[in-house]
Amino acid sequence: LPSVKSSLAGAITMEKLTPYKDASSYNNFYEFGTDKADPARHAHTLKTSPWTVEIEGLVKKPAQYTLEDLLKLSAQQERVYRLRCVEGWSMVIPWIGYSLSELIKKVEPLGSAKYVEFVTLADPKTMPGVGSRVLDWPYVEALRLDEAMHPLTLLSFGMYGELLPNQNGAPVRLVVPWKYGFKSGKSLVKIRFTDKPPATAWNKAAANEYGFYSNVNPNVDHPRWSQATERRIGEDGLFAKKRKTLMFNGYEAQVGQLYAGMDLKKFF
Amino acid sequence: MSALAARRPAAWLRPLLRHRLAKPLVFGLSLLPFCWLLYGAIFDQLGANPAEALVRATGDWTLRFLCLVLTVTPLRVISNTPALASFRRMLGLFVYFYVAMHLLSYSWFDMGFDMTEIGRDIAKRPFILVGFSAFVLLTALALTSFNRAIKTLGAKRWQLLHRLVYIVAGLALLHFFWMRAGKNDFAEVLVYALILGLLLGWRLVNFISKTRR
Repeated sequence: LPSVKSSLAGAITMEKLTPYKDASSYNNFYEFGTDKADPARHAHTLKTSPWTVEIEGLVKKPAQYTLEDLLKLSAQQERVYRLRCVEGWSMVIPWIGYSLSELIKKVEPLGSAKYVEFVTLADPKTMPGVGSRVLDWPYVEALRLDEAMHPLTLLSFGMYGELLPNQNGAPVRLVVPWKYGFKSGKSLVKIRFTDKPPATAWNKAAANEYGFYSNVNPNVDHPRWSQATERRIGEDGLFAKKRKTLMFNGYEAQVGQLYAGMDLKKFF
Repeated sequence: MSALAARRPAAWLRPLLRHRLAKPLVFGLSLLPFCWLLYGAIFDQLGANPAEALVRATGDWTLRFLCLVLTVTPLRVISNTPALASFRRMLGLFVYFYVAMHLLSYSWFDMGFDMTEIGRDIAKRPFILVGFSAFVLLTALALTSFNRAIKTLGAKRWQLLHRLVYIVAGLALLHFFWMRAGKNDFAEVLVYALILGLLLGWRLVNFISKTRR
């Protein structure tokens, strides 16, 4: 998948890339099973073509985009983001895509639109995990409209120079680098604009553990573990001390103003 | 008739259990998971997150050996094979070996041997506290596992003390349940709960029928 390096501030970290093998074999994608190795094992059944993404809700131009339309909607850029999982591990991944704002501008949200909901595929025929009761399917995630409009919020189609492997959310996914990984929905089929905060999958499953915002924050622990440190997959060896987690995953300069004046312990 | 059949000695089993190589064989087999993990750690065969893999695998093997050691007595009684009893201590000490490896992996790879962090973690996270309590109880059992301890304590008291293993089983299960609760993923927990429930349930039934008699 051809792309040019992004020139956006903060879009390219100089940190060492996580090996492709690790990034494509250690995944959380519960539609294919809850074990980290399950998605790479089972996701070959996912049919990514033909693929459409429906845009609906509070927009002037609701539409159905085919994957082909989306791929050429804006110039493909490469961005190297840190990815911090809520479970306490992290990776550095070169994604390919463009700012979600490019798409949002095209569909023209109404003044009443305050939130954006991302609905992902839930196909029991190709996704063995959808039969489980781990979460409510389909997996739904959401952002505030200004978060969704932030240039760092990426609509991604590829990684490591290639189209996304199925287990990483092919053919199109979200990447929100300053939030815990689960906020970045995979294999998107619907984007809906709403005036109320949408009910999101992990928030529904355990509201006290997974807040709507879920910004990476070393000062607010998960009820069951500390978020102060993380292990960088593929780089931090077995005996290395875990590294310190950065506020907003190191993107504070770019996104801090989105949360000015907010009590992040309350709105975690 | 069925009671008689059930109590018939497993004749073919006895000479095998009394063979001089039986114990070394069980010892070697019990050590295999550890060797496999050590090999995996050295030759980078534990996947993208080897620390997590080690912490989980040592926990899994602790549970498995706990099930194994609790199978010895029901199996001995049902099959009327007293020789099985002589394997109980070894398997029990393997439970302790794997739980020690589990705690070591957590303290080392997760906490970097930071004792204040570990203390804080035990106080903060109920599931860590539960796991740690099980470890403390198992330490008491391991420390009193040799013959002299039985003599010093007296058989009655020793047996009473070692019944703590039933509480350990409950704590271990709760620890595992809590760990998996985050993913609402209870299939494996249920399997261990059924096995342990069966093994402890058999003891309860056995105890009741004995006192009634």
